[in-house]
Amino acid sequence: MNAISNAHGGHADHDHGHEHTEAGHSTLKGYLIGFGLSVVLTAIPFWIVMGHVFPDSRVTALAVMALAAIQIVVHMIYFLHMNTRSEGGWTMLALIFTLVLVGITLVGSLWVMYHLNLNMMPMTLHDMRNLP
Amino acid sequence: MSIVREIAARDLAPTRFYLTEDHHAENGTMLGFWLYLMSDCLIFAVLFATYGVLGRNYAAGPSGADLFELPVVAVNTSMLLFSSITYGFAVLSMQKNRVNATLGWLAVTGLFGAAFVGLELSEFSHLIQEGATPQRSAFLSSFFTLVGTHGLHVTCGIIWMVTLMAQVARHGLSVANKRRLMCLSMFWHFLDVVWIGVFSFVYLMGVLR
Repeated sequence: MNAISNAHGGHADHDHGHEHTEAGHSTLKGYLIGFGLSVVLTAIPFWIVMGHVFPDSRVTALAVMALAAIQIVVHMIYFLHMNTRSEGGWTMLALIFTLVLVGITLVGSLWVMYHLNLNMMPMTLHDMRNLP
Repeated sequence: MSIVREIAARDLAPTRFYLTEDHHAENGTMLGFWLYLMSDCLIFAVLFATYGVLGRNYAAGPSGADLFELPVVAVNTSMLLFSSITYGFAVLSMQKNRVNATLGWLAVTGLFGAAFVGLELSEFSHLIQEGATPQRSAFLSSFFTLVGTHGLHVTCGIIWMVTLMAQVARHGLSVANKRRLMCLSMFWHFLDVVWIGVFSFVYLMGVLR
């Protein structure tokens, strides 16, 4: 019985829900954890590169990129408050879609242009003589 | 019995065939702003891809190892990181409806942001004085475009922040102002995320031989 009468009255309360935007998720603890992790994850790559920790620059590059990826996830969770539930999952869906596009753009560009660079190298005299 | 009375009472009320107020999805602004950030993310992805392709084409000019000063970049990075946590404090003050604390933390955030932009501009002018202009090589063109676009975003964020501080000082922490502050919060933290990519991919990888 109450359910029926509340169906109309309930709408007035509903609008107050707007006050609780994303702000509801932020806590001091969350920000401090995020900040601490970010400081560590920023300091390590700078130390690796400036201190010449690894003799092989490929290892350094891989370590720097891996730490950057971890730090981006930390920022997403603790500062941007990403989770699978916000907005009924639509923010996560938009994020996944964007990440797919970003991946295609980055990997596709680097892959195609790398091969283009290799195959468009100036020909040597020897190559020219042996053209089919 | 009671349900019959309830329905009878409802039928007596005037029937309306229209909505008395528009029904928006809850937090629709937040979702919309998130979608904007994702489109901004694509802009940066394209600029990163351009830099990734052209970043080693020096045209016999200076390379990243010759130009980049990592201590300056480290200071710059910490400026942006500090501004992220102080914006977090502004949001926490906002949740407790403390107007003055919110304004104070926003001012601190804005100053950190301004320090970041100032350092970046001085770095750019230093590069240009050394002859490392955007016209010098493909590497420098893509470098200035990528880092400059990020700096432009931070500058816009600072302008937005000053505007919001005036709004909050005048109208207090109203529902609309809180929503705006949360949008700027997402924008500001997003710029920090992009900067992680810049300092890792451009500066740290750039000085590697």
